Amino acid sequence: MKVLVCVKRIPGSSGKVTLTDDEQQVDARHVGFTISPHEECAVEAAVQLVEASNASSPADGAGNSATVLTLGPADAEAQLRDALALGGTDAVLLETDETGWDAVATARAISALIDTHRAAGKTYDLVLFGNEAGDTADFQVGIRVAHLQGVPCVTGVKSLSVNADGGGLVAEAGREALGGTEIVEVALPAMLTIKEGLNVPRYPSVPGRIKAKRAPVEHVTPELRPGGVRRVKLSLPPEQPSKVNVLGNGPDAAPAVVEMLRAIGVLES
Amino acid sequence: MILVVAEQDDGVVAPLSLEALTFARGLGTGPGSDPSDSVIEAVLAGPGSERAAETLAAYGVGRAHVLAGEHTKSYLPAAWAADLVELVAHLSPRIVLAAGSDRGHELLAHIGARTDLPVATNVVEVGEDGGEFSAVRQCFGGSVLERVVIDAPTKLLTVAAHVVTAEPATGVPTASVEIVEYTGVASADDLRARVIRQATKAEGGVSLSDARVVVGGGRGVGSPEGFDELIELAGLLGGTLGVSRVVTGLGWRPHSEQVGQTGTRIAPDLYVACGISGAIQHMAGCQSAKTILAINNDPDAPMVARADYAVIGDLHAIVPALIAELRKSAR
Repeated sequence: MKVLVCVKRIPGSSGKVTLTDDEQQVDARHVGFTISPHEECAVEAAVQLVEASNASSPADGAGNSATVLTLGPADAEAQLRDALALGGTDAVLLETDETGWDAVATARAISALIDTHRAAGKTYDLVLFGNEAGDTADFQVGIRVAHLQGVPCVTGVKSLSVNADGGGLVAEAGREALGGTEIVEVALPAMLTIKEGLNVPRYPSVPGRIKAKRAPVEHVTPELRPGGVRRVKLSLPPEQPSKVNVLGNGPDAAPAVVEMLRAIGVLES
Repeated sequence: MILVVAEQDDGVVAPLSLEALTFARGLGTGPGSDPSDSVIEAVLAGPGSERAAETLAAYGVGRAHVLAGEHTKSYLPAAWAADLVELVAHLSPRIVLAAGSDRGHELLAHIGARTDLPVATNVVEVGEDGGEFSAVRQCFGGSVLERVVIDAPTKLLTVAAHVVTAEPATGVPTASVEIVEYTGVASADDLRARVIRQATKAEGGVSLSDARVVVGGGRGVGSPEGFDELIELAGLLGGTLGVSRVVTGLGWRPHSEQVGQTGTRIAPDLYVACGISGAIQHMAGCQSAKTILAINNDPDAPMVARADYAVIGDLHAIVPALIAELRKSAR
């Protein structure tokens, strides 16, 4: 099985966000970069699927791959190496200068790369994305790639199994539904967007890190074809002044808390 | 005209869709705008759509389109989007709005993919920038705002959750909604992903997204065993346990209990945040709580600053004292 997993490099976040002076980006000097959270689980899912394929058909092992792809600046190779350390087999960097890459442009570039690989003899059975990026949360790149590729897609996937069915492969993907969950069946090739919670991503092993340093990363300069959304600037929402009412210190504050719970109606007075 | 994709379940319109309808009424009413710009129509799908549509007169909807094909009986996003694309082509709305919900995002992404139109998600404001249509949208779970200009004949937007309060229109122009059935055009290709099993949530338990009270635990809880007293406190308050991303990452609690940007977004009457620092990822999931009580040993933690009430100190001393006080007062 050949799996392509698409990840996004995003600034790390903790307590407070600052912006670059030109207000075009989040300032990541002090927080560094990471892979968007849902996509960490997508990488793990891709690695698990390929491991299972290798185990069930060892003779065919050479045909199984978990290719990691990102679109971003040259430095995004660091996030690809991180994913390779977790078990990705090879990687593709669609290298850009970061301006003008809206969701439509990103989807077009990824779809073009899938076409290029297919023409070169590498056809993906499954393409995985995160459900939405941790920074821009556009909720659409995966669906757009599926449409451009003419394959079905399932979003918000929180459980997954892939099984042989006749001559092909079929995925059973679980997702949240109104009042419960549902299992969606889809024949491969297909596109899935993964939600955090599908699995617990592994930590990189030492051999994994060594292998990641040597693993091939294909560099491609994609053609920029924007789709009509252009960033003017970023801003931070006005900071709300703290209105906290400190009820006390330590266990002695318990009666004051109960009184407050009555006042707001959580406890009957 | 503005077309709102309204979600409904068994005749009841989703609260976030009512917010989107309220947001829609604020658009297209500026100087120089044509009265027809601000007409609001809605489209609904699924069993109960007619009943749900009738309730929309109060929200300023004069005409509602109901998708009526066989494939609309259950939620099949690709097929629904196929119908919606045809409806949009037929009606030529200026703006198509949906709620910033899982379904709203998914349906608009499908419409955008089929029409090659851009989609701006989680919008909080619509306006003009140098004569171009502009929108302000939430990034990083709302901790950063992005101003964008959108160049497209039809603007596809989702409205960020809880930016406006859902309110019926004043001086409603219509007392009833004209309902137009729309038999769609979805093809077999749009039905390739099909639902084969459904499971409803177990009865009895309080679900995190609907809980009136959530007691949250973060890294400060210190160990998997440390959550026992938080679960006890949640039980006494008629609520349920929620945890931060650090806690699920450490394997202390399951991901289904995670509150945050990539977990569950909660909107309880009371959120008790124990040993939670208040990272952006977490605040995105709990900022809709009506009241936040922070229990934290760091008075400078972001969670304390964002809370309504706080108790400073060791949560493992405070929580048992609170449990004892609640038991005492219940007697």
